[in-house]
Amino acid sequence: MYQLIKDFKQGLWEEHPLFVMILGMCPTLAVTNTAINGLAMGLATSFVLISSEIVISLVKKLIPNDVRIPSFILIIATFVTFTDYFLKAFLPDIAASLSLFVPLIVVNCLILGRQESFASQNPVHRSIADALGMGIGFTWGLVVLSIIRELLGMGSIFGAEILGTGYRQMIFMILPGGAFITLGILVGIINLINLKRSGN
Amino acid sequence: MELSQILLILGSTVLVNNFVLMQFLGICPFLGVSRQVETSFSMGLATTFVMTMTSAATWLINTFILEAFNLPFLRYVAFIIVIASLVQFVEMFIKNMSPVLYKTLGIFLPLITTNCAILGMALQIPMNEFNFIESLIFGFGAGVGFTLAIVLIGGLREQLRFSDVPESLQGAPITLILAGIMAMAFMGFSGLIAM
Repeated sequence: MYQLIKDFKQGLWEEHPLFVMILGMCPTLAVTNTAINGLAMGLATSFVLISSEIVISLVKKLIPNDVRIPSFILIIATFVTFTDYFLKAFLPDIAASLSLFVPLIVVNCLILGRQESFASQNPVHRSIADALGMGIGFTWGLVVLSIIRELLGMGSIFGAEILGTGYRQMIFMILPGGAFITLGILVGIINLINLKRSGN
Repeated sequence: MELSQILLILGSTVLVNNFVLMQFLGICPFLGVSRQVETSFSMGLATTFVMTMTSAATWLINTFILEAFNLPFLRYVAFIIVIASLVQFVEMFIKNMSPVLYKTLGIFLPLITTNCAILGMALQIPMNEFNFIESLIFGFGAGVGFTLAIVLIGGLREQLRFSDVPESLQGAPITLILAGIMAMAFMGFSGLIAM
């Protein structure tokens, strides 16, 4: 039980997929222009991560070592296709605004990385704990980043007006440049906190 | 096929819709292997090569298999298999044909499979309804755009060694901030071509 909690907690802060391991950058930068997009992307990625970690840790003994990476990608691609069709059918607005980045979950290095370094070596229950932790970690990272960008860029959070109509919107924050710079500063702040905690 | 149209697609993929700085595709190698201009250039070269091949291969598969037999739900699976095997093939080909080039590109080749710029490019071809030649140019342009971005950031990072970067910003954070400034500069191209 203690081991499971440890696996789960890893992804939340210590080995945070975005801020510490710098994985899965493409969707992180591309879809965090509004909080709702960030949340949807986080949940979609978590779903694919959890399902593929379960399947891969179950079938890991059946996959020959030489073809494991292509096999992992195929399993991931199957779940991504499922997610894509689900979003298009039930949440067409979100599917339209995420567009290309739903299929690109296939090549999200976070997902493949976890299969390679965790699911292919550990039993199912530990893989589920790991996937949940990493998924929640990835999601909170995306939500924090997108809340900052949406608040400064449009003066709202989750579409609700926060800063009032008099606020002069910083359009720059929703554009690509703003994404890079906000993420760079966030990673810097997290590094600073970790350095302070470990240093003294 | 007119020359102006070829230039239009090239200009739009290399500058206006630069894959790295405008569409956020291929950020992982952009951050990971951009410490020096030389390695950046090798990575860009390998990626351009694979991208051009991929655009041709995925166009053929999409048109003659997936669309002909009405199997759009297999698109992601099919494309990623094509890319993975193409990368493998390119690796073997270069290894036999030019050991020198293989030494330069060797370690980068397997990484290219999970470069989302490649799959992103392949998926944009059916979205834009390009024909075969247009797809080839699109793939090539995307590769050149990627090379341009990664070589520029490589140069900036070489210069960065002489500056005093705070400890917490070293590595990825400062590169991201640099990329942000470059993305701002690339915004200047946005009115250049209307597609």
